[in-house]
Amino acid sequence: MTLPGVEATRARIVAGTTSAEANLRECLERIAALNPKLQAFHTVAAQSSLARATELDALLKSGAQPGALHGVPVALKSNLCASGHETNCGSRLLAGWQAPYTARAVERLLDAGAILVGMTHMDEFGFGSSGENSAYATARNPHDPERTAGGSSSGSAVAVASGMVPLALGSDTGGSVRQPAALCGIAGFKPSYGRIPRHGLVAFGSSLDCISPFARSVTDLECAMEVLSGHDALDATSIEEPPLLRIASEGALDGWRIGVPRECFDAGAGSGLDEGVRTALEAALRRFEQLGAQCVEVSLPHLRHAIATYYIIACAEASSNLARFDGVRYGVRHTAGSSLAAMMSATRERGFGAEVKRRVLLGTFVLSAGYHEAWYQRAQRVRARIAQDFEQAFEQCEVLVTPTTPSTAFRLGEKSSDPLAMYLSDVLTVPASLAGIPALSIDCGRTQGLPVGMQILGPARADTRVLRAGRAFERKNA
Amino acid sequence: MSAAHDPALVSPRTGRRWLAVIGLETHVQLKTRTKLFCGCEYRFGAEPNTLTCALCTAQPGALPVLNCEALALAVRAGLALGADIAPLSKFDRKHYFYCDLPKGYQISQYDQPYCKGGGIALASGRFIRLERIHMEEDAGKAIHDRGASTLVDLNRAGVPLIEMVTQADIQTAAEAFEYLTLLKERLQYAGVSDCDMEKGSLRCDVNISVRPAGEGWRTKVEIKNLNSFRFIAAAIEHEAWRQIEAYESEDPAQYPVQETRLYDPERNQTRTMRGKESARDYRYCPDPDLPPVVLDASFLERERSNLSEPADSRRARYREQLGLSPADAAALTSERAASDYFEACLRSGIDARDASSWIRNELLGWVGEPELGLRDFAQLPISPRELSEVLELIRSGRIASNAGRKLLRARALAGPDGPGIAALVAQLGLEQVQDDAQLEEWCRAALIGKEKIIADYRSGKEAALNALLGPVMKQSGGRAAPEKVREILKRLLSG
Repeated sequence: MTLPGVEATRARIVAGTTSAEANLRECLERIAALNPKLQAFHTVAAQSSLARATELDALLKSGAQPGALHGVPVALKSNLCASGHETNCGSRLLAGWQAPYTARAVERLLDAGAILVGMTHMDEFGFGSSGENSAYATARNPHDPERTAGGSSSGSAVAVASGMVPLALGSDTGGSVRQPAALCGIAGFKPSYGRIPRHGLVAFGSSLDCISPFARSVTDLECAMEVLSGHDALDATSIEEPPLLRIASEGALDGWRIGVPRECFDAGAGSGLDEGVRTALEAALRRFEQLGAQCVEVSLPHLRHAIATYYIIACAEASSNLARFDGVRYGVRHTAGSSLAAMMSATRERGFGAEVKRRVLLGTFVLSAGYHEAWYQRAQRVRARIAQDFEQAFEQCEVLVTPTTPSTAFRLGEKSSDPLAMYLSDVLTVPASLAGIPALSIDCGRTQGLPVGMQILGPARADTRVLRAGRAFERKNA
Repeated sequence: MSAAHDPALVSPRTGRRWLAVIGLETHVQLKTRTKLFCGCEYRFGAEPNTLTCALCTAQPGALPVLNCEALALAVRAGLALGADIAPLSKFDRKHYFYCDLPKGYQISQYDQPYCKGGGIALASGRFIRLERIHMEEDAGKAIHDRGASTLVDLNRAGVPLIEMVTQADIQTAAEAFEYLTLLKERLQYAGVSDCDMEKGSLRCDVNISVRPAGEGWRTKVEIKNLNSFRFIAAAIEHEAWRQIEAYESEDPAQYPVQETRLYDPERNQTRTMRGKESARDYRYCPDPDLPPVVLDASFLERERSNLSEPADSRRARYREQLGLSPADAAALTSERAASDYFEACLRSGIDARDASSWIRNELLGWVGEPELGLRDFAQLPISPRELSEVLELIRSGRIASNAGRKLLRARALAGPDGPGIAALVAQLGLEQVQDDAQLEEWCRAALIGKEKIIADYRSGKEAALNALLGPVMKQSGGRAAPEKVREILKRLLSG
């Protein structure tokens, strides 16, 4: 990619090579040129972002200390609240809805000098792995517009991958940032659960949801993570310790052990691993060895239960979280007759798409009296086992490396009629979500012209370690 | 209640002995500054939807954060009721759809409440056991009687509540009444809640069934819409007899079914609200937004030490150590603020009997008087030090005890920022006149034209003096020191 990343953009503006405004105009031009085809943004805030850029330029001229993201244009997934912007969650039910407040993570970006350029398309409420479940438009993969960009943070991934913006936020509940990052050939980082406060992120699966950044390099992700991380008083599940550090290393990984979970390379992982993906990953492992690391085989015995466990827990929480969309206080209300129940039913019936209804029904079922123990509670126990598997694996290695997805970007429409096949493609990303551990997806090559994503996993809260491994790999690869 | 108390209800028709089996579920609002999971305050009667935020209105993306003050008060309630506080508890979501429930679920505690056990001993010695106490948030209010549409007020949404569930230990309406009275007193003394049913800060549902003496439990019925302790007792009485009559009809179609009934105080009867077939499945699940509540020993210790002495123990102490009558002890503890005031009086050196008589005969009676505008005793603007000043003025004879009463009322009327006692004494001219010359002048004036009385006195009728005292007091505006007036009159008459 020839366009400057996060660090370079800021550096050029601060050095006076360009201005925040001039840089933003280039971005806006690129969006104007590419968005009609790629469908990354549903709204572009040209005016307000230009006003903000002018303001930032004036600030810099006045001698103010520039923030860590001074002048950096960013895009937001449409499930993040930003006052004055449309947080429609890819749903008809929230068409035109603007949050009365701004998410803490977004506030942190803005405080650091970032410019909010617009809101991006997504699978409705985050339910999907292809972008096809958006009520508005399906984002297209810049490498082949006939193929999926992945999902559910589709638009944010496309905005970064196509060079419209250097940085975007998505949210990752079971892979919704890592998978589109992999399919679009960019970097996406799901931090440890709680590392970035969830305040202002429209909830899908609250115990899994992580606001997660996309960028075109690990270094850029680190820049963003420094700004985004840290406890917030408005999110009781957010964490502070240990702080995220950027360790200045020249890329060597001497003495590191790279764990290779055999289950992730087996064809039996639930969804067969594409040969091209396997080849790219094997090459990547060789590069880790060249960096001084040693590859060790490890096992995650409960991995085969991850998909079932994930879909039970995520759907249960989603059914609960989506209960508030009842037409009473906000959203598009549909009335039917005069009863409250009829209004709520009509609003949800007409406002929600098919996948949302499917998951709400599944979630409602697994929480129902009589089924609760067999499904939801059992899933919680398996979840604990999966987390334990990781803990044991990390006794033998510093990080784990797996493919991010079993295959490269599939054709749009290929899986949209088969929800189960779609769910199974999340097999490699959901385990880290269930365990709450940090997981990075970075580009590790091409097969048949399409990007292959590699996932690097670390123990809970070892975000710094994961990013460091990713950065070392990236430098070696560059 | 005496030991001879017989809880049985004897059917006048069949002579059968029936026993009621009663459990109470009581919600009280915790007296916190802010709501359970956000920083909004709550005031009863505020303009609708003015005490709300993104969380109260369930805006997408808003998250709950536990209010530590609410947790402390909840723990204090548990301690005041002798319950076991769980070192680890959690919050759950209780799902149902209604327009006053913004999130579509209520945050409550399901299978791991923060508190188990405890209870309240009745005067009879019977102990009403608590099964559990849990924390939860209140819902908003749906208003149906202002035009065609239902209006929703979310001010109350998120207000902290604790729910106390008894075992089915209560046997009679009188026991239910007594339990509630003691519960309210205990919670008020612990500073946990106002327990004001009129403002909805105490709400109670009844579970009741009846069984023939010696037989097992039968189907229970829940009664809601109970707005006072008196109605609760009446509803229990009525519902118990309704169930007895239903069973005695011998027609199984008439037998009580598991249902929720509403009490109608005007007709003194209960009627079906919803049957069992529409029983809700709340789909409880742990709330992933809230980490488990971990209470450590030092926190519990601190709360335990913050706990004030309960009313029953204070009453015993007043009787046994201070020698007050049971009626005085009861009156002084009728309100925590009055009892605290009494104790502060003791600390400022006022004699227990003096303090008790002034509080009971004067101050307590002032609460609710429109002129004084005191809603409760805690609002009384007279400090114990000021009361002590007034008592000292009376004791030293500088003011009459009647003037003391006037003075205190004036002080109460003046409000918290009003003038002090000394200033009021001067302002109102309440100080007794001790000046001999002035007193003699008033006395001489009083003697004019009272030859008959003077003669009576001189002939040995001492009581005739009282007839002269009156006019002197009247002329002095009540300020003449009565003992001195007597002396002067005696001197003048003997001269």
